[in-house]
Amino acid sequence: MSIRERLSGNEAAATAMKQINPDVVAAFPITPSTEIPQYFSTFVANGSVDTEFVAVESEHSAMSACIGAESAGARAMTATSANGLSLMWEMIYIASSLRLPIVLSLVNRAVSGPLNIHCDHSDAMGVRDSGWIMLFSENNQEAYDNLLMAHRIAENENVMLPLMVCQDGFITSHSIENIELEDDEKVKEFVGTYKPKHYLLNDKEPIAVGPLDLQGFLFEHKAQQAEAMKNAKEVILKVSEDFEKWTGRHYGLFEEYKLNDAEIAIVCMNSTAGTTKFVIDELRNKGIKAGLLKLRVYRPFPGKEIANALSHLKAIAVLDKADSLNAIGGALYSDVASSMYTENIHVPMVNYIYGIGGRDTKSTDIESVFTDLQEIVKTNKIENPYRYLGLRKEEK
Amino acid sequence: MENLIEIRWHGRGGQGAKTASLLLADAAFNTGKYIQGFPEYGPERMGAPITAYNRISEKPITIHTNIYEPDYVVVVDDTLLECVDVTAGLKENGGIVINTTKSAEYLKKVLKGYKGNIYTIDARKISEEALGKYFPNTPMLAAIVKVSNIMSDEALLEDMKGSFKHKFAKKPEVIEGNMKALEMALKEVKKI
Repeated sequence: MSIRERLSGNEAAATAMKQINPDVVAAFPITPSTEIPQYFSTFVANGSVDTEFVAVESEHSAMSACIGAESAGARAMTATSANGLSLMWEMIYIASSLRLPIVLSLVNRAVSGPLNIHCDHSDAMGVRDSGWIMLFSENNQEAYDNLLMAHRIAENENVMLPLMVCQDGFITSHSIENIELEDDEKVKEFVGTYKPKHYLLNDKEPIAVGPLDLQGFLFEHKAQQAEAMKNAKEVILKVSEDFEKWTGRHYGLFEEYKLNDAEIAIVCMNSTAGTTKFVIDELRNKGIKAGLLKLRVYRPFPGKEIANALSHLKAIAVLDKADSLNAIGGALYSDVASSMYTENIHVPMVNYIYGIGGRDTKSTDIESVFTDLQEIVKTNKIENPYRYLGLRKEEK
Repeated sequence: MENLIEIRWHGRGGQGAKTASLLLADAAFNTGKYIQGFPEYGPERMGAPITAYNRISEKPITIHTNIYEPDYVVVVDDTLLECVDVTAGLKENGGIVINTTKSAEYLKKVLKGYKGNIYTIDARKISEEALGKYFPNTPMLAAIVKVSNIMSDEALLEDMKGSFKHKFAKKPEVIEGNMKALEMALKEVKKI
């Protein structure tokens, strides 16, 4: 039986970490994820976990400590946001290339500058090619559930990659909402114990971690990483299936909301997907066939599956909560567009950059996207596929 | 009650408007509702205007935006009336609850002809009498529950007793005063 509770997104993440009870947590506080290590250190002080909590002096050190711990054979976790992730950047690549299944709770926030503490996805998008598995969460429930599934995915021997669970800073991290929690013992049973194949503290098998890797080998090692990322897709589905058997909550690579019979649809991630569902319900009452594809698994990118799920539509809008500043469009849009091209599926598609630096994305903003899509269906014209949503116009 | 009730709180940093919105979320949760309670974070400091929000519903809530057309507005500090557009988007079949001792004429004037119900409460008097200090959030919580009819007086008092026990575990001496503040506020909030 699930436990009916009300928690903020940060409380939900910290609760998952408490129930997972990892060997090591190394973290440095940064808004809006500060509460996660704050709550976790309380659990350590109260003895409700037996984790070694390392209060490091920077995020670079936080990720370094996690790398050290995982190399030694321990299970390590951390949490961060925005510039904290930027400061980890060097070690983010090292964690994935050393095939260390570290789990990170990323509370999405705009990367400076100028300084902004609010939500967008520029932090996550900055590490999208770093070889980490990336799961996105619409609300506190999904942030919690994704963390409970994280280790089973990351530590699978065909995967062995670090994994980050993203949720929207403030919008979900600081909003108290209903949540279904699972029993401590059941979580422990589901997550299981980590038994690494190779680890530094194994005196039966002396190994080196992270030595020089030049022209003769790095290429092969990168290809192995890429292979592991491909393998992750099946593992994510298998773990999600086991999770559903246990909790009744269904997770796939993405969620299709009223997409089956939709004519127009939005593709987006995290909390805006919830607002989009709200708008879709209203539009459906007016007879407008609107739908949503909410992406959960951003890395590995399920391109083939997405392209097929969108193939029947008459027009699509992909929403990016980070601008790639590349004069062509956001990262999610580019990924969806290239997947459609590869699958030889052509549907008129536009990109909206939205919600930058915490700009609130209202239900009327989402409605306006659907109105634009209806217009595209009607006129069959897309003048500018790279657009902004909710940008203040210059006053005359 | 309507299926979805949306409430916007206006206060000043340090007065507990955010805490009150979280307590309201808690109380509604405990009566079996789906809830959201969230502040709008800005450059917060003592005395600066702040906004917090609640959604309360019989059904799961998926929308994640600020609230632009609230059913109810709570104003914790009446000095905000002249500098914040507190009735912006406020539904006319809803209402506004203000912590004030100002006259009805003054309130009608600063609310720019708002046609819905206007309620007032002297949270300062209640708080000082019940707690010996000025903490307006407890009386304002009771006032909005009364006005919006989210739950019965008894359900609120019963639930808050439990919440205060937990919240004030380290200073149980303030529980009685807070309970008294709730009871007084339930009686004293009035429509002008």
